[in-house]
Amino acid sequence: MQAAFYIAGAIAVLSTLLMITRLNAVHALLYLVVSLLSVAIVFYTLGAPFVAALEVIVYAGAIMVLFVFVVMLLNLGDRATALERSWLTPGMWIGPSTLAVVLAVELAWLLGRSASGAAGETVVGPKEVALALYGPYLIGVELASMLLLGGLIAAYHLGRRAPEKAE
Amino acid sequence: MLPVSMGQGLLLASFLFALGLVGLLVRRNVIFMLMSIEVMLNAAGLAFVVAGSRWSQPDGQVVFLFILAMAASEVSVGLALVLQLNRQFKSLDADEASVMRG
Repeated sequence: MQAAFYIAGAIAVLSTLLMITRLNAVHALLYLVVSLLSVAIVFYTLGAPFVAALEVIVYAGAIMVLFVFVVMLLNLGDRATALERSWLTPGMWIGPSTLAVVLAVELAWLLGRSASGAAGETVVGPKEVALALYGPYLIGVELASMLLLGGLIAAYHLGRRAPEKAE
Repeated sequence: MLPVSMGQGLLLASFLFALGLVGLLVRRNVIFMLMSIEVMLNAAGLAFVVAGSRWSQPDGQVVFLFILAMAASEVSVGLALVLQLNRQFKSLDADEASVMRG
């Protein structure tokens, strides 16, 4: 289980790194799917099989399909890749990468000091999750359903083709 | 089942978060910015699941489900905005939309 955690974690970091450096949107999307699938394996090794299944179905399945649909709708071709190449000059990487490296090192240092103990000693299955979700967190489920409804209406409204101006 | 140490799980989450942050700051294409936001949300969820699994409680997984619902609605609105942006400016450059016109 430990080996699976390390391998999946390394693949997740590597494919995310490849994702943020790709010029073609479809290639980046495929690397993002790989990253999400390896995070699902990490969830499984941490003793959270229900969330691992949901990560595959909802994240790597539904949300990524939405991205692929939009990329296909926009019909990006070689022109978009050339444009990306002109935007992504090497100098652009310096500032954000420095900031993020400082942040990551700081986080790692803090975690190395404070976080202790072993994760994933016991498996927390779907039954426990469901009992917590529909027990003390019931109000959260209601709020999430309202959020999803709001997202649906907003996506419908924004995705509509604007009507011709009547003047 | 050999357990994983909690610090390493949180370390993975912080690295993924930092990578998503770099992507968000560097890219100018709105689709890539949305994808980086997905990575960051996923990393935050991973931190929750690691913490929940450290104490063998389902709460971390419950919060991950909420993050999942939030990410789904955020992506649907965000991608609709991307379509509108492409329709209005014929470009996916985030800098094109730096000025708000009523």
